[in-house]
Amino acid sequence: MELTLTDQSFETEVLKSNLPILVDFWATWCAPCRAISPIIEELAEDYKGKLAVGKLNVDEGSRTAAKYNIMSIPTLLIFKKGKVVKTIIGAQGKERIKQQIEEILGSSD
Amino acid sequence: MYDLVIIGAGPAGLTASIYASRYHLAHLVIGIQPGGTIAHATRVENFPGFKVISGKELGAKMVEQVKSLGTEVLLKAAGRIENKNSVFTLLTEDSQNYESQALIVATGTERRELNIPGEHEYLGKGVSCCTACDAAFFKEKTVVVIGGSDAAVSGAIHLSQFAQKVYIIYRGEALRAEPAWLEAAEKESKIEVILKTNLKEIKGNGSKVTRVILDSPYKGSDLLSLDGVFIECGGVPGTSLLIPLGTELDKDGFIRVNEFMETNVPGLFAAGDFTTAGKVLQQVITACAQGATAAASAYKFLKGQKAPKILGLD
Repeated sequence: MELTLTDQSFETEVLKSNLPILVDFWATWCAPCRAISPIIEELAEDYKGKLAVGKLNVDEGSRTAAKYNIMSIPTLLIFKKGKVVKTIIGAQGKERIKQQIEEILGSSD
Repeated sequence: MYDLVIIGAGPAGLTASIYASRYHLAHLVIGIQPGGTIAHATRVENFPGFKVISGKELGAKMVEQVKSLGTEVLLKAAGRIENKNSVFTLLTEDSQNYESQALIVATGTERRELNIPGEHEYLGKGVSCCTACDAAFFKEKTVVVIGGSDAAVSGAIHLSQFAQKVYIIYRGEALRAEPAWLEAAEKESKIEVILKTNLKEIKGNGSKVTRVILDSPYKGSDLLSLDGVFIECGGVPGTSLLIPLGTELDKDGFIRVNEFMETNVPGLFAAGDFTTAGKVLQQVITACAQGATAAASAYKFLKGQKAPKILGLD
């Protein structure tokens, strides 16, 4: 089950997360965002205990979106210990996203 | 084993599915962008029955209708198709197999790239292929739309609700969008059109786009300072799935179909933007018609029966 993130909750839920966390920046007007939404849900299930997954609506989390220079959606950012370690721009298939998650989970940094 | 697998979840594939359901064909739909290319359009004003509707909503309504008829729409990419002993096997990206006796492929087009320096480097950092998705990030900024057709001009109109200045840059001598879109663009003072010009390079400061280089000077300079580049140069047919099956293409790479949406491969039908039929007029309405025809032809192929109202197949 993915977390619903806000500007207010971002620091606690993402930057201070014990697990690496994938954040999906999305908006209601964005069709490709809607297309990958089921994939994000599946990934949250598949990686339970290894990777947290959160969604940030850029309309409601506009300060956070601006802070991370989000200029295109969907954008997925993977955070580890408060830092962005992977940026995935645009709607990609589940397998490609998984490959990039595995890279991060596999590294010891 | 299915009667039919439909690859592509845009208007052609989804309409094919609606007809397949009514023909009681066991089938499923597999695609990566539910609603298809039209889901990226902010406003559709020429689809009969809907005076104005967003492309996203129009696509979503089609998906909803397909699902309401009991058909699964699987969100995944097709990897490879094999054709052996009159059975088609589709292998998807997650290594699943789907077998069927007939196949309708309606995978549409992939966005054409500019293939210029800076395009990939600044993707998501000022370069975008989706005005509907990303216009909101360019409030009070200066942007450019590259292209001259409906998608480019309607995209520019959408952008003008957010940006302070929108350039349309097109390589041709005149924009070729519907006159209705051209009229709306002319009325919008934020939009400025630059014709007979291409982009040579997209430049930035490392973290975002700052300007572009033109191949023809504009107001004495070949540099244009701006914050966003939206690429709307149409699509190239995505035919890599079908080439290994020996499917015939025309000289521009579009899948060759006859008026029944048959390809040269028995049991393989194609519909939509990436076919020779779709090439004539690339619109949702024509894609839907081709999808319906493909389903009727698949029904005839599978059941040896004349589908309701289909002519010429005795």
